[in-house]
Amino acid sequence: MATGTAATISEPSFLEYKSGFRSWFYTTDHKRIGILYLVSISIFFIIAGSIAIVMRAELFTPESNIVSPHTYNVLFTLHGSLMVFFFIVPGISASLGNFLIPLMIGARDVAFPKLNLGSYWLYLIGAAILLFALLEPADTGWTFYTPYSAKTNTNVILLTLGIFVLGFSSILTGLNFIVTIHKMRAPGMTWHRLPLFIWALYSTAILQLLATPVVGITLLLLIAERTLGIGFFDPDKGGDPVLFQNFFWFYSHPAVYIMIIPAMGVISEILPVFSRKPIFGYKAIAYSSVAIAIISFFVWAHHLFVAGISETAAIIFSFLTFLVAVPTAIKVFNWLATLYKGSIQFHSAMLYALSFLFLFTVGGLTGLHVGALAADIHLHDTYFVVAHMHYVMIGGTVMGFFGALHFWYPKWFGKMLDDTLGKIAWFFVFIGFNVTFFPQFFLGVQGMPRRYATYLPEFESLMKLSTIGSWILAIGMIIMAYNLIKSLYSGEKAPDNPYNSLSLEWQTSSPPILENFKEIPVVTDWSYGYGKKG
Amino acid sequence: MEQLTADHVHVHHIDPVEEYEQSKFGMWLFLGTEILLFGGLFATYAIFRAKYPEMFHLDHLKLDWELGALNTIILIGSSMTMAIGVTASKKGNNKLLIIMLAITIICGLVFGFNKYLEYTAKFAHHIYPDTSIFFSLYFMMTGLHMLHVFIGLIVLLIIMILAIKGRYSASYNTHVEVGGLYWHLIDLIWIYLFPLLYLIG
Repeated sequence: MATGTAATISEPSFLEYKSGFRSWFYTTDHKRIGILYLVSISIFFIIAGSIAIVMRAELFTPESNIVSPHTYNVLFTLHGSLMVFFFIVPGISASLGNFLIPLMIGARDVAFPKLNLGSYWLYLIGAAILLFALLEPADTGWTFYTPYSAKTNTNVILLTLGIFVLGFSSILTGLNFIVTIHKMRAPGMTWHRLPLFIWALYSTAILQLLATPVVGITLLLLIAERTLGIGFFDPDKGGDPVLFQNFFWFYSHPAVYIMIIPAMGVISEILPVFSRKPIFGYKAIAYSSVAIAIISFFVWAHHLFVAGISETAAIIFSFLTFLVAVPTAIKVFNWLATLYKGSIQFHSAMLYALSFLFLFTVGGLTGLHVGALAADIHLHDTYFVVAHMHYVMIGGTVMGFFGALHFWYPKWFGKMLDDTLGKIAWFFVFIGFNVTFFPQFFLGVQGMPRRYATYLPEFESLMKLSTIGSWILAIGMIIMAYNLIKSLYSGEKAPDNPYNSLSLEWQTSSPPILENFKEIPVVTDWSYGYGKKG
Repeated sequence: MEQLTADHVHVHHIDPVEEYEQSKFGMWLFLGTEILLFGGLFATYAIFRAKYPEMFHLDHLKLDWELGALNTIILIGSSMTMAIGVTASKKGNNKLLIIMLAITIICGLVFGFNKYLEYTAKFAHHIYPDTSIFFSLYFMMTGLHMLHVFIGLIVLLIIMILAIKGRYSASYNTHVEVGGLYWHLIDLIWIYLFPLLYLIG
């Protein structure tokens, strides 16, 4: 598909050309910055995941016996904040996006390499502020709803300040990606030849750019509320607590799509390679990413159906919520059509991609339950929402992330993963995830509210099942982590293109050389022409 | 395949025209995020103005509109000098660029000084950010704007130092153009803040 490919590159790879602390923390190489992000978000994923295990352990019995109710509140606040802001928002986009965008579009680096490093440093500064926030951690939940967040004695300011700084990092990363995708595509890489992962990250970057500043100002106002005594969200001073919810979700609902759209991009790359078929409905998938990005700005108030918004507003937002499901469904149907009559290979990355299809569909459809006005009144703030949200975030994004790790690992590190071990890990992850979260749909329908350390005895059996699921899930992730780390040392050397992919990143060496390509490739076709040449 | 030398491979080849295009595009995107940052405050203003029209009327009378008007003129003037500077830089007139940057920076400093006078006068009358919703908005909006003026001044100062060192020419003036865009945005936001806070009540 492209000229300028080189199987005989003898230069040192980006991993080898230099070593030492400075060569990493002062690097402007997008591939190294991608690794820095990967390591950082993985650390936060492990921390926040461990917190979840403790919470599930506490919920094993109806009484509170492992941690106090206050500690439980702190734990779910940290679990949510860390997972959302430190892991899943930067997640695929900052780690894999950084690594892959220039490789996939045939560029040498992102448009602003120094700014890219600056974004990573901002991420570290945000993380450092978070460490101080842990001295007296907040107990507000990751949503920081006023008036409680303005009044609690725990340290809300540092945690929100940390997230504010991360927001900057996210904005600058998005800005960098948009400019890169606009201005640095290789000759012949037209918009309609772009890999769908790039389309997905482009849509994500638009959201990062336009939504993040709003949560920035919201958190600043919350900090000002606590320090200067302003009262926009304080009913005693004539303010309105629901205003905070509106502002918060104006960012945080698009942020849900910041989290999921990159995973959708990953799926669009993995499915055709392991089906040996061209992707079905390329333009539909590409433009549905953009459509999701646009519509997602107009659905935020579906989080406020029981907060006292007007009936008219509720009906409009419910309608718009159903509308955003349309481009999402378009993607799912196109992925299914891609699989149809394909020569499917069950590589571990493919297993994660197929899990995504199944689990994300469950998550998406249950989203319509809570998007429907009448049902939401019953389901709001119950375990149903918890299950729905985890089906989208773990079943969708994290499955996509794991799939991406297994898929691009050979390119990134130059080593093959142990595919058998990968499949065993996948099996535990898939089973464990469903055992953990499927019972929570039933708990929610039966009325179990979220965010409580204790519960009524009648919920005990389902709660126990869910906790057991969390252990299975943890076992799967430990096996996966072992595989990822072990293969770095003892994995087979990866060929340049182990899956016979047509995409540009596979046409250079594994791992890529510092400047990605010996010569900038000239693109003559899209990268999904499987079954004809591949 | 052509064998490239080590120098070719390891040094990023940056084309000044490309860099200019990319930086300018990047700054426009950044300005978009800035508008959304202030957008949150403008939305808050609209909501509470609709809710408490009387409070907004009575409180806005306590603002010194003459000083505000003076500051508006100063800031618009500084945008003009900035624009003249950018044009001069494009024509390779480095001397005029430096003079214009200096005037722009002085205007920014005078703006900040006036703002300092206003704030201290408010504090002297026991008007603080928690006095009323209107003054919460006043201090948050003008405060955040002032923060941007400071950042803008630092940016312009750096550009002026680089200009004195002779870094810019007719063929390379990316910083000047991009810094100018940022300064114009600061001006633009103030043009909305002034009537909303000082004039209509």
